[in-house]
Formats: sequence, C-alpha cells, structure tokens
Amino acid sequence: MSEPVLLPNGRVLRYTFPERLMHWVAGVSYVYLLLTGLAFWSPWLFWIAVVLGGATISRELHPWVGVVFVLSMVWMYRVWAAQMHATERDKQWWHELGHYVRNEDEELPPEGRFNAGQKALFWGFFWCGILLLLSGLVLWEPHWIPWSWRALRLIAVIVHPIAALLTIALFMIHVYMGTAVERGAFGSIVRGDVSRRWAARYHRAWYEQIARDPAAKE
Amino acid sequence: MSQANLEIRRISGHAGPVPGAGLKRELEVAKLVDTTTCIGCKACEVACLEWNGLSFSDTTFQNSYQTMPDTSWNFWNLIKFNEYEPANGSLMLLMRKDQCMHCEEPGCLIACPADGAIVQYANGIVDFQQDQCIGCGYCLSGCPFNIPKFSPDSRKVFKCTLCSDRVSQGLEPACIKACPTGCLHFGTKDEMKELGESRAKQLRDVSGFAHAGVYDPSGVGGTHVLYVLHDATNPEAYGGLPRDPRVPWTVWLWKKPLKWLGNLAMVGGVAGLFIHYLRFGPKTVEEDKEIPRQGEQP
Repeated sequence: MSEPVLLPNGRVLRYTFPERLMHWVAGVSYVYLLLTGLAFWSPWLFWIAVVLGGATISRELHPWVGVVFVLSMVWMYRVWAAQMHATERDKQWWHELGHYVRNEDEELPPEGRFNAGQKALFWGFFWCGILLLLSGLVLWEPHWIPWSWRALRLIAVIVHPIAALLTIALFMIHVYMGTAVERGAFGSIVRGDVSRRWAARYHRAWYEQIARDPAAKE
Repeated sequence: MSQANLEIRRISGHAGPVPGAGLKRELEVAKLVDTTTCIGCKACEVACLEWNGLSFSDTTFQNSYQTMPDTSWNFWNLIKFNEYEPANGSLMLLMRKDQCMHCEEPGCLIACPADGAIVQYANGIVDFQQDQCIGCGYCLSGCPFNIPKFSPDSRKVFKCTLCSDRVSQGLEPACIKACPTGCLHFGTKDEMKELGESRAKQLRDVSGFAHAGVYDPSGVGGTHVLYVLHDATNPEAYGGLPRDPRVPWTVWLWKKPLKWLGNLAMVGGVAGLFIHYLRFGPKTVEEDKEIPRQGEQP
C-alpha cells in the first residue's frame, strides 16, 4: 500500500494492519535479540539474561527469535522494498539533513511516503540482517563446524557484534525519532492513521496524492 | 566455608573484582609430557576416564593405534599417534598426549560470556564450571588447541580439568599417576620447565636430536602443560600442535577494542539523543493551522 488513503474521519491511513503487524513482529523480536545479545556482549549487562529467565534459556532462544526476526525482515522486504528506492529528492534531503535535525522540517524538500532517513533505516537493517543471519547460523551450533573450517567461526564472532552494533545505532535513532521527536509517528505504527496536517508536514509529496485524488479509498 | 574461590585468579564474563585476586600464596603448577619416552600405552587415557567417572564411548579405528580422531566431551585425554619421516630417511612414530594446555592467556576464558563458567586458578589451572555454562560455544572459537568439546546432550562444554580436584588436595593428576614410563611429570611450573630443559639438553647432546626442545608457547603467555619434543622446530608433526598458538585475533578484536568502542558508542549515542531532545525538543504539528498551500489543494 503506497497510495494515501483518506479515512472517513478525515485522517490519513499511513500503515495498513499487515504493515503494523509485521513492524511489531520485527520490533518485539528485535528487542528480545537486543537484550539477550547485550547480556552476552558485556559482563556488566549479563543480569539482563538472568531477568529474562536465565542465560542458558536466553542462549537457546536467541537464535530461534533471530529466525522470527529474519522472517519479519523478509516480509518487510516484500512489502516495502519497492518503496524504499532512493530518489533525487532523497539526495537533497541528506544534503539538508541539518534542517531535519533542527526540526526545521518546512525547509526540507517534500518527501514521499518514506523519507530518506527511513529508507536508510530499512536498508541498514536489511544488510545488517543478512550479516547477522549468516554469522548467527555459524554461531548457533558452533560444534558442527569442523576444526579445519574454524575460520568461519572466527569471522562470525567478529561480524555478529559489528553488525549488531550498527543495528543498535539505527534502532536508537529510530525509536527516538518515532516516539520522542516526531509526535504522531508512534500512533501511526500502532493505530495506523495520522492527521492530514501531519502527513502534509512530514511527507508532503505523499500527502499531495490525496490532494489530487480526495476520493482515494482503501 | 570453602576457600576454593579465594584461589581464583580470573573469571569469565565477570563484572567487577575477582574474589581471590592476589590473596593467597600459590605456586603455579605444570604437567610435563616427555613425548620422547611415551610408549603409547594409553594408561593415562584410562586413568582420566576412571578418575573423572566418564562414560565409555566407542573407539574409532583409523589405521593407527589412536583411540579416536580427537578428544571429545567425555574423553579429555588422547594420545595422538603420528608417523613421521625425518630428513635422514628413517621413520618415527610420534606419540603426544593431547589435552587442555591450561594456557596462561586462555582464549576460552576470554571468549566466554557466562559469569563464572570458566575460571583460572592462581595455580594456573583453567577449569570449566558446567553449572554456569550457557552452552554458547564461544570457547570453541577462542581455543587455539581445539580442546573444549560441546556435549549435545547436556549442551555444556567439557574438557580436561588438570584434575583440579586432586591437585587442590595435594595429589598429582590421575594421568601422571598412571604413567608407567615416567614420561609424565607434575610439579611447579619452574621445576617442570627446568626438568624439561635438562631432558631436551640430554636429547640434543647425547641422543642426536639436534632440535630437541620444550614446548611452552609464548603466544598464549606460556602453558601449564609442557612438552619435550624431539624436534621443537616442527610441533605440527605431533598431531597438529600449533607452532605459534594465540588467542584468535578476531576474538581479541571483539573482546578488547570493539567492546570499548561499542560501549562508548552506545552510551554516547543515548547521551547524544538526550542532549538533542534538550536542545531541539519534539517536532510538532500545529493541528489548528491551515495546511500551507503547496501544489494542488485538497
């Protein structure tokens, strides 16, 4: 769904139910992976695994939840990848990132349904997800990797945390923007709709499709 | 109260100080394996199984005397048999007792994320505590000697303990006690090093092994199992004994610089976002305002 849909109450449907569901499958599984992963990352955070039912259980579940996360990423790829291609407008958006950072959104080029930052988030998670999947498969049952192939394990132990750290950077910015800064964004991924003014302010080009076709329906 | 934890020098995955750091007087111990007087009788293999109460497992025939290809989670002590043709055209059957080397810089312990699953005692023994082990298998990647072995049934990792239970009671390890030729010795690291060096000198001066020497690899800070080798310049011939074992560099990179960079970046990131919020606050939409005209009208 990329067409904006005007709801009977005058609001705009931003995320359909399947989109919201897939976002939260990814979100909940990612948070579990993040917390258990941090527990294994640093002794100072090992208590997280204890809170989550014990480190042995965390170690057993982490890869399976990783599978859920990867499946949600595949789902997202099928639904969103076509809308995530960079445009000329995105290049300009990056060029004027300072306006976005300083909340001067009216100075930014009109963005479509997803702005350049959201696209970067999508592709960052996509590529890091592939790295995490490949290295994670090696780390899942490391005793299956014969000694003569141990280079695989040694690559995996360094690729997995690097890719995870990159996703953590993306995740922190994403959660911060989506909850604290861009008021209304969190509601849109929970209930699905935004106000017309919200759409016009942050995703002008997308909103203008409504302007052209006010009768657009789901 | 047991004072065993006061003899611990290093703990895996541990935040904060180590309980016994520098507290107790303790000698560093070592096992000396003289491969030149080993006859391959495997008494040490049996003694290891007996003392540790390990279940018996099937042997694997590979056209050699070797019991199985590698040590396993319930077989911690294996004599590796290797046919070797030296430059003089003769044939040697090299026999090396393979087990945990109890490294001074243990890659397994460094890689382990579980608090207390691997400890290093003040006497140098590196011991796995299976009740704390979470079965992640990172120790398998950290070890340069292929020693920790994963048990699929218990999903824990096992290896030679250097009979830490016996040593703590003033006894020598079971394998030492069983050796009939005296090729196995146990004592302080200094004593064993001295004994090994004197044997190596004898091999060089009297027995014609010009390259005889003691294997105590410095890349892992030295080990608490030492070998006397006929040819210390070719440890690989003894069933893949690494020439220069080290904690793998990717493990080092992960546990040292990446960990600190990552922690700094995460804390800095949270702080940066907080400061951003203080400075710029939220983006808000003024709902009561007209949508500015730009493009077509709705």
